[in-house]
Amino acid sequence: MAKKTAATRKTPKRATTKRKTTVPVQLRHLAHARSGDKGNTANVGLIALDPAYYPILVKQVTVARVARHFRGMVSGVERFELPNLHALNFLLHGALDGGGTISLKTDAQGKVYSTALLRMEIPVPAALARTLR
Amino acid sequence: MTQQKKIVRIAAGQGFWGDWLEAPVRQVEGGPIDYLMMDYLAEVTMSIMQKQKSRDPKLGYARDFVPLMERILPRIVDRGIRVTANAGGVNPRGCAEAVLEVARRLGLGGRLRIGLVTGDDILPRLDELLARGHELRDLDTGRPLAEIRDRVLSANAYLGMQPIVAALRGGADVVITGRVTDTGLTLGPLVHEFGWAPDDWDRIAAGTVAGHIIECGAQCSGGNLLRDWRRVKDLANVGFPIVEASADGTFVVTKHPGTGGVVNVASVTEQLVYEMGDPTTYITPDGVADFTTIRLEQAGRDRVRVSGIRGRPRTDKLKVSIAYFYGYKAVGTLVYAWPDAYEKARAADRVLRQRLRDLGLEFEQILTEFVGVDATHGRLAGAPGPDLAEVQLRVGVRAREKAPVERFTREIAPLVLTGPPSVTGFAGGRPQVEEVVAYWPALIDRTEIEPHVRVEILEA
Repeated sequence: MAKKTAATRKTPKRATTKRKTTVPVQLRHLAHARSGDKGNTANVGLIALDPAYYPILVKQVTVARVARHFRGMVSGVERFELPNLHALNFLLHGALDGGGTISLKTDAQGKVYSTALLRMEIPVPAALARTLR
Repeated sequence: MTQQKKIVRIAAGQGFWGDWLEAPVRQVEGGPIDYLMMDYLAEVTMSIMQKQKSRDPKLGYARDFVPLMERILPRIVDRGIRVTANAGGVNPRGCAEAVLEVARRLGLGGRLRIGLVTGDDILPRLDELLARGHELRDLDTGRPLAEIRDRVLSANAYLGMQPIVAALRGGADVVITGRVTDTGLTLGPLVHEFGWAPDDWDRIAAGTVAGHIIECGAQCSGGNLLRDWRRVKDLANVGFPIVEASADGTFVVTKHPGTGGVVNVASVTEQLVYEMGDPTTYITPDGVADFTTIRLEQAGRDRVRVSGIRGRPRTDKLKVSIAYFYGYKAVGTLVYAWPDAYEKARAADRVLRQRLRDLGLEFEQILTEFVGVDATHGRLAGAPGPDLAEVQLRVGVRAREKAPVERFTREIAPLVLTGPPSVTGFAGGRPQVEEVVAYWPALIDRTEIEPHVRVEILEA
């Protein structure tokens, strides 16, 4: 089943409203991205759409969470911070099925791997989530 | 004009071999530029060129560079625009001679000097280097080159900006190289124009970052830009990027007025993170740039100012790009239509795989993708809805031997009449068997390469 984005979710039931201070939001509402390749590794540069979102990305888009998002699709994840560009750079090892000319994949060079990361959901304060999109 | 006010304009004309042919012409005609920089070489490009050269010793370079130069030579000679291009591939001399011939035909005899850079090609020296203990281990796997020595097709060291600077100093109007780094094509002119010391690491890093931003052509000026992509105007006339550099190492990224696309902080940032590794350590033959020091600011419409860049000393190694013969592959596709398109495509895949098995064909890999369902995002895309209008079945195979791949290519078409229904999209004939040429990155001591680098000035 397709995942719902925060903005399409219905308001939580009244009983839980008080406790629920964050809601899941797809990264595409907080960041843009570009990816490339180096051998069998895809890189994804994730860039905050607003500098104010960068600390949220740093805190929430962790190596563990990205590895879980891509489980079965990559063999390892590294993360680097670029506060000057409000960006994170991820190396997704083993993502390209051999990479370069060996790979049989449509996206052998990982050109659109960036968009697969933008599907990921992270918890965002409800007040902020309402302003996105 | 004082030295401080001097601005050097470097325009990108090609982001890869096969990029938009109109771009360099528009860069020359659309406004003032001092240099036209054209990057032709991706990782496996050299092996394609090597193959062409083995069939005809006069080839082995980016052939479309020559008719392109024919279009722009009269203008660049008149206006004193200089060109740096790694279009020479594995035969920079052949490329230079072809351009000289064109120049003479255009009546530019005596008015054009070509700087020819050689010495990056280490294929003829490979056995000697291995014998002397250079193992040229694969940077990714750690395996020594000896394992695949007999299958090596090309081997080139990445040269930096220094031979380009030497060629420009020698009066070259057009510098033609083999495997010079993409960034060296921009850094070279800046070092030459501003007289930067080769160990002025911050400025070397700044020129390197400038090169990285424009080396993929329009990919920093609106092309492939994800952020607000609907608002990027007139991509049909996209302006390729221009760097306006100052002696202090700061520069502005812009494009000619009246062109399409956009140059903003988002477009430059997307290009900066493209193919990035550790951002603090961007290694080139000329120095190490720290991308976490880059400051970007919008400095007007389609103008991004770049400053603050710090660098560190170069390493004593050069990267070597080796291409070797790996095997064969082929990709076959068919399109299945509603209703139950995905289910039909999956059934067809099962039929195909059973036939391949029953034929006893052995492959290193068989990969099935369902374009429209899972080709780009895998399982993350989720299951498709039941009303999917169509799906493309895309099956790829790879083997060390040619025979099983060849046989595979004959198993796609029969599915049209012998498999699940509602299938089309088989217009292109049998899939092509492709040779797989793989890439082997390695390092070598700088001292093994640099004494062999030659710069010649050839007159039209």
